Amino acid sequence: MSEQKGTARFSFDMRKYMMVIALIGIWVIFEAISTGTYLTPRNLSNLFRQSVFTAILAIGMLNVIVLGHIDLSVGSLAGLCGGILAIANVWKGLSPSTSILITLAVGLILGMWNGWWVAYRNVPSFIVTMAGLLVFRGVLVGITDGITIGPLSPFFGIIGKDFLSPIVGYALGAIVIVVFLAMQYSERRAKSSHGLQIPSARFETLKSVLFFLLILAFAVVMNAYQGIPNPVVIVLVLFFVFNYVTNKTVFGRRVYAIGGNKMASRLAGINIKRTTLIVFALMGVMAAIAGIFLTSRLDAAAVNAATSAELDAIAACVIGGTSLMGGVGTVSGAVIGAVVMASLDNGMSLLNAPSFYQTIVKGLVLLLAVWFDMSRKKGGND
Amino acid sequence: MNAILDARGITKDFPGVRALDNVSFSLQESQIHALCGENGAGKSTFINILSGFFPSSSYRGEILISGRPQAFSSIPEAEEAGIAVIHQELNLFPELSAAENIFLGHEIAHRGILDWNEMYLQTTEWVTKLKLTDVLPTTQVKELGVGKQQLIEIARVLRLPQMKILILDEPTASLTETETDLLLDILRQLRRDGIACIYISHKIEEVMKIADCVTVLRDGKTVGGGDIREFSKKDIVRMMVGREITEFYPKEHHKDPSTRVLEVTGASVSDYRTGKYLVRNASFHLCKGEILGLFGLVGAGRTELASSIFGAPPGKATGALVVHGKRAWFDSPREALREGIAYVTEDRKTEGIIPTMNVRENASVASLDQFRTFLGIDESREVVEVQSSVQTFRIKTPGLDAGIINLSGGNQQKVLLARSLMTKIHILILDEPTRGIDVGAKHEIYAIMNSLVASGVSIIMVSSELPEVLGMCDRIIVMCRGEITGEFDNSGKDVTQERIMICATGTASEE
Repeated sequence: MSEQKGTARFSFDMRKYMMVIALIGIWVIFEAISTGTYLTPRNLSNLFRQSVFTAILAIGMLNVIVLGHIDLSVGSLAGLCGGILAIANVWKGLSPSTSILITLAVGLILGMWNGWWVAYRNVPSFIVTMAGLLVFRGVLVGITDGITIGPLSPFFGIIGKDFLSPIVGYALGAIVIVVFLAMQYSERRAKSSHGLQIPSARFETLKSVLFFLLILAFAVVMNAYQGIPNPVVIVLVLFFVFNYVTNKTVFGRRVYAIGGNKMASRLAGINIKRTTLIVFALMGVMAAIAGIFLTSRLDAAAVNAATSAELDAIAACVIGGTSLMGGVGTVSGAVIGAVVMASLDNGMSLLNAPSFYQTIVKGLVLLLAVWFDMSRKKGGND
Repeated sequence: MNAILDARGITKDFPGVRALDNVSFSLQESQIHALCGENGAGKSTFINILSGFFPSSSYRGEILISGRPQAFSSIPEAEEAGIAVIHQELNLFPELSAAENIFLGHEIAHRGILDWNEMYLQTTEWVTKLKLTDVLPTTQVKELGVGKQQLIEIARVLRLPQMKILILDEPTASLTETETDLLLDILRQLRRDGIACIYISHKIEEVMKIADCVTVLRDGKTVGGGDIREFSKKDIVRMMVGREITEFYPKEHHKDPSTRVLEVTGASVSDYRTGKYLVRNASFHLCKGEILGLFGLVGAGRTELASSIFGAPPGKATGALVVHGKRAWFDSPREALREGIAYVTEDRKTEGIIPTMNVRENASVASLDQFRTFLGIDESREVVEVQSSVQTFRIKTPGLDAGIINLSGGNQQKVLLARSLMTKIHILILDEPTRGIDVGAKHEIYAIMNSLVASGVSIIMVSSELPEVLGMCDRIIVMCRGEITGEFDNSGKDVTQERIMICATGTASEE
């Protein structure tokens, strides 16, 4: 019995492992072709910053897809939120914090708008959010008069472009490690107090050491350039929050249950409508955060900002192993998927490949990733 | 007389079950031959073989059509040979017109251009022949009643010139009495035109009216049959039931007749679209510690009644409930669960298990609130609770983190039971709790039911297995065509299968 348990855990880890291996494979290939300019601290820093925008959207999109829906409006919504931020800050002269709060509120309300139509009016999410895609973009063009608005208060440079100083970077890394160890310790204590089997100390120690090395390597490499980019810190925070929400909370569990079998979830007493509304509302907030980040980075809001970003977000989730049928997917997978996409973009730019190659290669990678996943599952069943 | 269809020694095995055992069946030209049997007697399997749904390689025995051996590997091949099935669930396209439905797949066309004039003309001929008054070839099928839709379906298959044998599977299950009479008239007319017909029905009265000949199946075997004039209704029912109850059921009595935990008054469920009643004006009560059986044949409305009590009806539901002396009517399963009523579905696969989740998550999904802490789910406590259910119900699983789809049907069923019982409940509705699971697991589920009633829980058990109902229930309610047609006190174990079957087939008027 315990042996079978062990193999189950091992294969589960393999699955996560595969995506990391694929990512490292892509890095190694580009490193070889670009003769050593790809895996430099400077380029890695760029690469992570490039993946931030898609990663934020992908984290929100993950919940939507796991629930069994889709959100096509996030590109337009991120663009609209970016525009509202610029209008509030540049035209109305509001303080950065007020502007950000207004933008987040708009994202929340428009996300709830989508969710309300899906949950309480039974319109398919594909249609609701396709309408959102058109409407939000139209509103953006309308309220900005079709012009690019900027520059913003210097504060936004901190969010969008600046770096943590090396000392703060290391300190943050240390805090993360301490929190990780504390959580692991409290989990072990909870398990033993309930008389449950505790994972072997060797396994846990190995896990901790690997985590420590990963954080350390990240901090060292980033500090070797200019420090950990602030936007990357935002993504990491969001990653930890949503990873926790999906894995450890009642809400997260219910999202997976509904995506796995809607009818069974209803019979199990889950409030499907409310959960759907919340998931879309969260997606709206994530789109607003992505819009704030994008406008901050560019120091301006343009009417065509974040066009077709929803497709990148969906692709990131799918590359990260999320099933469009619902019920299956991880936040970490979605974030790695976003990094994979950014790695391809970055690598081909570095090689001066014409931009049309980027879309071709990204499309093929998406196709291959899903095909690989499907064929492996089928093999498992036979 | 010439046998137009002769099936000899048909034997069909499913994994672990012999569905048909050496069944022989002979259909004469221009004959209406009734096929009777309880749920699970093998009728559906048999017609699936005749219609080519099961390819000839999957069973043993031979089928002769007009004396020539046939080996169908698909439904079109059987249709080519002249056999067509009208299923209980109609295969029509509601948005398309009568003519489009009739000619779908066999359109009349010249060089790829559809000849609507010809198709409309032929449709009109069929409409007249089948007495479909006020139906135009262009009428959308969704605007017609179920009875007329059925006739459109009949026209659809009989239009093919080679059609000689029509198989009707429970054709009147959803028809009104007038519609039924019209259908029977048309079948008689078709008989005169030389169409032979296999007529499957639970309703013995209809069978007596229309059939020339009857064959009764039981547990996959032919148990009798012949000219219908040689049999009375009771003979047929007796042949359908036939077997003895073994001492397989470990029934314990914990019923407290003085305490009524649930009272249902005037519960009705009607289809959203057609407005037809699936359950009509059902009233009953449930006592503390009682196992109440809800028996009926397929389509009697048992599931519809049971699920509407739980707030998940398959249509528009009305009625009144009194739960523990409090008036209530649940609009969602959530509300019912809050009042301590749980429901385990008959449709394990589509409404029960969550295939993407593991055993632990499946078991706890209905009771997550009790594990909720400030920091999310208390997983340690969740594991402890699920582990104890797994032990109580003896669920065989490699571990709590094993995917539920890797478990056998019986163990999946036990996980669903565990899901319902992880919260404090006092009424449990079990819909076909032992369908499709092996004998050992069945026995364990009966034992769980016993321990539940011993602890004061009341159970409503929906079942179409008569022996199970008679073996486990304190009281039995019988439904037929959406109405409650009988109630039996089973405490003395003196209720016979015949008496119940007579109510379930709606033949009580005879008594």
